[in-house]
Amino acid sequence: MTPLANYLLVSALLFSIGLAGALTRRNAVLVLVGIELMLNAANLNFIAFWRYGPTPEALTGIIFAIFAIGVAAAEAAVGLALIISIYRHYKTTNLDQIDSLRG
Amino acid sequence: MPGEVTLPFFILSVLTIVGAAVALTLRNLVHCVLALMLAFVGLAGLYLQLDAQFVGFAQILVYVGAVAILIVFAILLTRGTESTSQSIFSSSWIASGAVSVAVFGVLAWTIRSSVAARRAVSPQPDVSVKQIGDALMSRFALPLEVIGLLLTAALVGAVTIALQEKQGVK
Repeated sequence: MTPLANYLLVSALLFSIGLAGALTRRNAVLVLVGIELMLNAANLNFIAFWRYGPTPEALTGIIFAIFAIGVAAAEAAVGLALIISIYRHYKTTNLDQIDSLRG
Repeated sequence: MPGEVTLPFFILSVLTIVGAAVALTLRNLVHCVLALMLAFVGLAGLYLQLDAQFVGFAQILVYVGAVAILIVFAILLTRGTESTSQSIFSSSWIASGAVSVAVFGVLAWTIRSSVAARRAVSPQPDVSVKQIGDALMSRFALPLEVIGLLLTAALVGAVTIALQEKQGVK
């Protein structure tokens, strides 16, 4: 079986790609996509450490990943609702132009 | 990469990484979401490789089925498909890219020098969906209730936020 380090490296690369996307993209939707990728990288770490841990029968890694998926779904729904609300107000999703709190 | 790499792992990780990288570099936002779906499917395959069948199928149901479609809806509602002539990256992309590369460097260096990463694999655990359900209903009953409350609050909150300006002066 593939060693644990390889899964961790894939996860680290995925996290870095998500971070780069969240920091560099102009469009607010793509920033949210970057955050989703970072959450998924964390989930991959949970599952990998669960599988290679001393007691996989305890199920903690799987349960934590399931809860993380649920929280990420809630986060995506609220984040996209915020983006739609901002778009109605500013008529743009370009983050460089959304720079005032007063509207 | 250290150690032997099996072919399924190699294919799935390349699928995931390329999907994620393409999703964040394309100009057309709908194409971005299609590449993102590819990355999510690759991740689900990696979960199946790690004997976590339930999480793998939950990943496909929640991310490929729900989250990706939600993102497509948001893109279409915000008219993100119209192409603009300006750059897709923000003005501070050099510093941001440097930060991301530095983060990956630190993580990779830590993984390579870590003792935990060389851990031997234990025999394949026999985890059925029934066991997961039993654990959710007994030991993790309170967190399950809390996540139900969170999802309800997120549902109500998302609707409230998206409806907000209906009564405005527009």
